[in-house]
Amino acid sequence: MSRTAGKRGRGMPPHAPSRTRTTVGCIVVALLYIWSSIGTETRPVSLFLGIPDMANLFARMWPPNIAYLRTMIGPLVETMQMAMLGTVVGAVLAIPVVLVAARNISRHSAVYHIVRGLLNLVRTLPDILLASVFAAAVGFGALPGVMALAVFSFGIIAKLTSETVESIDPGPMEALSASGSPRINVIYYGVVPQVLPQFVAYCLYVFEINVRAATVLGLVGAGGIGMWLQRDMNLMMYRNASAIILLIFAFVLAMDLISNYLRGRLV
Amino acid sequence: MSARPALLRTRVLRAALTIAVAGLVLGWAAQGVEFSLARLRAGVPQVFKIMGLMWPFSWSYLPEVMSRLVETFQIALLGTTIASLLAVPMGFLGARNLSRVRGQTYFTKFILDAVRTFPELLLGLVFIRGVGPGAFAGVLTLGVHSTGMLGKLYAEVVEGIDSAPVEALASTGATRAQVVKYSVLPQALPEFASQAIYRFEINMRAASILGLVGAGGIGTPLLFALYQHDWPRVGLILAAIIIVVALSDLVSSYLRSKLV
Repeated sequence: MSRTAGKRGRGMPPHAPSRTRTTVGCIVVALLYIWSSIGTETRPVSLFLGIPDMANLFARMWPPNIAYLRTMIGPLVETMQMAMLGTVVGAVLAIPVVLVAARNISRHSAVYHIVRGLLNLVRTLPDILLASVFAAAVGFGALPGVMALAVFSFGIIAKLTSETVESIDPGPMEALSASGSPRINVIYYGVVPQVLPQFVAYCLYVFEINVRAATVLGLVGAGGIGMWLQRDMNLMMYRNASAIILLIFAFVLAMDLISNYLRGRLV
Repeated sequence: MSARPALLRTRVLRAALTIAVAGLVLGWAAQGVEFSLARLRAGVPQVFKIMGLMWPFSWSYLPEVMSRLVETFQIALLGTTIASLLAVPMGFLGARNLSRVRGQTYFTKFILDAVRTFPELLLGLVFIRGVGPGAFAGVLTLGVHSTGMLGKLYAEVVEGIDSAPVEALASTGATRAQVVKYSVLPQALPEFASQAIYRFEINMRAASILGLVGAGGIGTPLLFALYQHDWPRVGLILAAIIIVVALSDLVSSYLRSKLV
């Protein structure tokens, strides 16, 4: 579509893409899909054959064992605590880095580029991979989970906040510098008030992500309610598992609502 | 004049109160997960030590990694495709400007929200129990989860289209199917495609971790290597994931820039 538009723009008569090219394109795409279907053992038929299997599983999950939830309060609280700590530690670590990673504050462009590169690298790794490496390094439990969430939160908050710092109004900073204020005052009075609401909003946004992440970190032994879900699934205690699934659902929704409310109050 | 010290005092009081509450909550959280600076001090060097042990990578393992990466790509491709097809009807049903039945929009959006609330790995855990471990469970997981995401985005795209062509066609007496085909789809399709490509990029990341619960892809050998404390192998797999994710980001943003 864009190709024909582009050619017209250059003053050439519009014409349909040549027939052979379309045919070749279609064949290549079809081969790609056939190759993928064979590789993943996904056939159109198996998609439908999977439905009775799933229905069977859901039947065994019903009704959820609500009484079991009482014993899950502890793990749920731990999940929330992990999300909170991970967000706060990440946010605190991000503050000094933001000042180096913002082009208009950072003094050395080499440092700026290195820090930006590192931040991009940190964000490439999914949080659960970090958690699985940390769990293998420091032992199972909530600690590797918190560490993984902290590193992940640090990466996102530092990147988003440094971009916000780059877009601030330079007026107050210049006025403060011109009046001979020390650098710390320039940052405290010229930068912080402009970015603080956004910074808090980013922290809340990351908290929402971390709540979801914390519910699954247990799958790699990094604490939280996910460990219990996996255990019940492995033991085929499906009614307990479905109760946990419902609990996670309610928990994530509640945290999203709280975070959205707080963010709404901020802006 | 007298108002200013009072104002200052309330502001200081409020700040002190906020800090105290935040401190208490954090202390409670730290105590709950047995998080302490001492444990962190012991743990962080351990992590760095292990990172050191990862080099040199076990290159002899590269062929296996490559074939698992291919599988990861296939899972992401099929999962995204299934979702991008399923999301089209969901998007139309969820769009406010095309809705005809009362409550239809809310109902559709509620279902999409519910699907999206579950993290992919949780869905994966359920699907491997239903259809057995392997790449197929991964495809289903991504297909379902991404339908929740894409359905919502597609509905927003449909809500954002220019209403003039829709009204013009409707006023000529075109049927509803004709209206959709000739006025809505031409406007929405490039956006749909762009969102689907972006989703593919996210699904590459997701597919690389689905193996941690047994749903195929590069995550499975990573889990084994971690359990065996085979750090050179872990290092190779992590590096491979970083490279592949970065590559798919590049390709995806290139394709999207060509589309819009």
